[in-house]
Formats: sequence, C-alpha cells, structure tokens
Amino acid sequence: MAELNEILRAHGSRQDALLPILHDVQAAFGHVSEVTIREIALHLNLSRAEVSGVVSFYHDYHRTPDPRPAIKLCRAESCQSRGSEALAIAAEKVAGARVRVETVYCLGLCSVGPNAMIGHEVHARLDNGKVAALIGAL
Amino acid sequence: MMQIRISDDALAIACGANLLARAFAERGHEVVRTSSWGMHWLEPLVEIDGIGYGPVEAAHVDAILGGTADALCIGRIADHPFIASQTRLTFARAGMTRPTSLDDYAATGGWAGLERARALGAEAVVAEVTASGLRGRGGAGFPAGIKWNTVRVAPGSEKYIVCNADEGDSGTFADRMVMEGDPFMLIEGMAIAGLAVGAGKGFIYIRSEYPHAIAKMQAAVQLSSAIVAPFEVEVRVGAGAYVCGEETSLLNSLEGRRGEVRAKPPLPAHEGLFGCPTVINNVLTLAAVPFVLSQGAQAYADYGMGRSRGTMPVQIAGNVKHGGLYETAFGITLGEIVEKIGGGTASGRPIRAVQVGGPLGAYFPPALFDTPFDYEAFTAVDGLIGHGGITVFDDSADMAKQARFAFEFCAAESCGKCTPCRIGSVRGRETLDKVIAGEASEANLQLVADLCETMKFGSLCALGGFTPYPVMSAITHFPEDFGLRMAEAAE
Repeated sequence: MAELNEILRAHGSRQDALLPILHDVQAAFGHVSEVTIREIALHLNLSRAEVSGVVSFYHDYHRTPDPRPAIKLCRAESCQSRGSEALAIAAEKVAGARVRVETVYCLGLCSVGPNAMIGHEVHARLDNGKVAALIGAL
Repeated sequence: MMQIRISDDALAIACGANLLARAFAERGHEVVRTSSWGMHWLEPLVEIDGIGYGPVEAAHVDAILGGTADALCIGRIADHPFIASQTRLTFARAGMTRPTSLDDYAATGGWAGLERARALGAEAVVAEVTASGLRGRGGAGFPAGIKWNTVRVAPGSEKYIVCNADEGDSGTFADRMVMEGDPFMLIEGMAIAGLAVGAGKGFIYIRSEYPHAIAKMQAAVQLSSAIVAPFEVEVRVGAGAYVCGEETSLLNSLEGRRGEVRAKPPLPAHEGLFGCPTVINNVLTLAAVPFVLSQGAQAYADYGMGRSRGTMPVQIAGNVKHGGLYETAFGITLGEIVEKIGGGTASGRPIRAVQVGGPLGAYFPPALFDTPFDYEAFTAVDGLIGHGGITVFDDSADMAKQARFAFEFCAAESCGKCTPCRIGSVRGRETLDKVIAGEASEANLQLVADLCETMKFGSLCALGGFTPYPVMSAITHFPEDFGLRMAEAAE
C-alpha cells in the first residue's frame, strides 16, 4: 500500500495521470487489482467504472497476476512473412505451462524477424533453436 | 586503439550489437555508439574509419581487428549503393552521429531550423511549411501547413503540439529510427511547430513496444530543455492499443481515457487535447520540419512528383533480402524499391505479394510494381502509401490467410465505438473461414465484399475504414487463393 501511495503522489491528481499511474502499478505489482482501482479512482476523483474501463481497454494492463516469466512473440505481417506462425507453435511447445507466450503486434524490427521481446530486451532473426534457448533461460 | 562505431538502435541491439560492442571494448578499443545507417540486413554493422563490416558476430571480432575479415567487408559505407542512391533529408544524420549527443547534433546543422523560425515569426513559419508542400506522413497525407494554420488562427490561450509516435503498423520503423537515432531533430520540429501556432507544450505519445525509443526521447527531452524553452516537451507512453495511433483515440489516451475514437468534427485543430486547439502530426512530419526551415521551403519542394513533395523514408521489410530504411523522393516505383533496392526475397523464392502501408494497406501483386510511390498514384490503384512501410511476401504466402488476418487484427484492435468495425471485423473473419473451408466460396465472398463496403464507408476511423484494403486487394489480385479459379474451372 505504501508503494501505491508513492506512485499516486508522484503523478499528481489530474485525470491524464491515469495511464502513467497504471503503468507504474502494473510494473510494480504485476497486475491492477480491484483494491488498487478503488484507490486510483479516489485519488483522481473518478468513478471506479471509469478506471476499470481504462484498465480493460489497454492490452498492457492485467486484472489478475500471472507470475510466470513471459516472452512476447511478434506475429504481425512482416514477421509472418518470415515464418513467425511456425515459430509460435514451436515456442508454445517449449514453453509448456511454465512460460507465458504472448502475442505482440509489431516491435518495429520488421526487416529482421521473426522477433521477440522479453521485458525490455529485444531479439531478432529467431528460429526454433534460438527461441527455445530464450525460453529455456527464462 | 581504434575507434569502432556500432549502432545502438534497437534493431542492431536485437541482432547482437551490445555483445559486439562489449567484445571490442574488452580488447581495449574505443566503441562509439551511433544511430543506424538503416541497412538492416548488415546489422550489427561495424564501422572502422568509414569502412563497414556486417553482419558481424562476436566470433568475427578478432578477424576484423586483424584485417582478415574481407568476406564481411562492404567497403566505404557512404559509397554503398543502398546509401549512395538515397536522398536523405530526414535521415541525413543516420549512421553518423551519436543520438543523444548535443554536440553532434549542433555540429551537423541542428537547431538551425529553430533559429530561423524564431527570426521569421509564426505566420512566416507556417507559410514556409505550406510552401514546402509537406504532407502528413502518418498516412492521410494532409498538408501540414494548412493544419498548422488552422491551429494558429484558432482562438484559445492554451494550444498543444502532439507528436503521434504510436507506430503500430507492421512493416514500419521509420518513427522508431528517428526517435532512437536523431531525437533532437524531432524535438526541434515540435518546438518549431509550437512557435508557429502559439503552443507552449508538446507531448510525444510513444507506444510501449518501443522501450529503447522511450528511453532515448526522455533523455533527449531533458538534455535539450533549455534550448527549446520556453517550449516544453513531455514523453507519454502508450499501453498496447493499436487504435491509439488514430489521432483522436490518441488524444483520449493522453487525457487518461479509453482510447476510443472521437467523431469528427470537431477537428483536433479546433478542439483537440483537453479541448484546446491541437496540432497532431506524425513523427516523420515533424522530423521533416527542421530541414524545411533551415534549408527553405523550395529546397524541400524541389523533390518529389505531383502533389507529393519532398522525400519519403520508405521502410523495406518482411521477407526481403536487403531490408531497411530507404529515404527517397516520391516517384520511385514499387518494383524498383522491392526488386532493385530490396533485392527480392530473403528466402530466394519469387515475390508473391507486397503489402504497402501496414496492416490496413493493400496487397500488391508484381503486376502492379510499376506504380509510382505517390499518394495519388496509390489511391488510383485502390491502395495507400500509409506510413511508407512495405512488407514483402514470397510465393509460400496464402493470401486467403492474410485477408483473414486483416479481419482478425481489426477485431482484436477495434476500439468498439462504431459497429461496422466492431462487428464487421468479426463477421468478416467468420465468413472468410467459411471460404477457406471451401463453403459456398462465391456467395460468401460476395458477402465479404458487401461487408467491406459497409466498413469502408461506415466506420469512424481508418481501422475499420481501411481494413477492406488488405482484404479486397487479396481477393482481387489473388482469387485463386480463395477457391475462385477452381469454381470457374468447374463452370
């Protein structure tokens, strides 16, 4: 709770602080809980419905925690043209239930795909072997 | 000790540039991290005294240092045909400067545009931008000068500059490369825009999938704050919604709301961010402005064809041999870009299709490769330039699957505000599933065509409105993938 209060204090109380607050909350707690939504709503003088609506709209925010390590595989057109669909199947197989394989639409590395991102780290020119190694190291 | 130049662009890093930089540093050499030249198939590219080596792996380091890496050597980088044949106005510094070095920026003509803008005054700056013929590079191609003038004369004490850096289109990376490679140029462009319309503050809205661009822009904003003052710039980060690349949706997101599209009018130029007159421009539009101001409108307008003036940073991507950033004057043909400059597919198989303009752009068959890169010429063949991204597919591509993906993507990213987009995308995907399963192909494709008509004219923004481009172009140019040839043969 102390951490949440710190986040809220750092961003002020105008409505346009909502996304920056949610980014920090998601990063700090791994999800945006019901209790947190209540606190944010109070802080920004918004209804809980308004905050919930924003949380559910954006792909980056999650309502429930998932502590598993994650890899984001790009599956947009440029990576598709370089074999991302077959790679995604291979990645799922290696990941099993231990690692979460997420889909991302475009990392802006479209000439050297298939690409993936782990945290803020980017990886290009992936093949089955490389993606298995990345997942294995998570 | 040698000076080794290696890019710190995210693409170079993704290809292993950091490991390489470390390897050279460990051997006692000075490593300078620069922006990327944009020859992506050669990344990580190592530059020593102007000579390039690429793509380099850690195992090659000793051979390069020992002078026995001839196989990797591409000669003088600046003379490489991919670079030498370009017209680099926006990407003039690409590969040459350290992205967040104020010294490098000032030494290469940086801030000269802002200086001239300050001497000219608001009205003359807008006139200059109008005369340059610069059009919005985000996709719509609206004349920047006209937009700026609308905001300039709009009543209101608070006005804003918003830079749309929500570059979500697959096959595009020019915005990312500007932000990571030449961030001060974008800040300068925004400051000039602020001066021109009387805005004191600017926001850069960057997608969260671009952490390197976010870090570079934040650093650059801090370093340059005294230079652009009293104009202020703030970096804001998106949250994974493609639709926020649509300008009104982006404004809602900046305000802390769901990224739903707003109905127009009112135009953002009249009622934009926080209800105030707002210039909202793409990264490439704003990044072109310092050149226009420092070199003069005519210098920019001298390039291009018809009503498409200046240069376009074309992004060559997908299954292509020589992918990367290719800035050139409008007028070059699609075939020249893909075949001559891009060198055909990376897989070595024949080209089947290229998608121009991101997920909402049309698929072109090689038969249309003589189309010149020009806003109007692309419209004439039912396509769009969009943000200038080109994704190449080889002959293993299944165009029915690509058309289905266009609907699927639209369904996943629809903001949900208007029905044609929200429902149409889902129904479209279902109907194409039937076609792919061979179920009453012709009747179902007729339904898809009807649906596309509704989405095109009934959607509030380009997401629903342009999804018909990839779908219908795939059906029109590649009917055999939709079971149509078989049906005709049976008749």
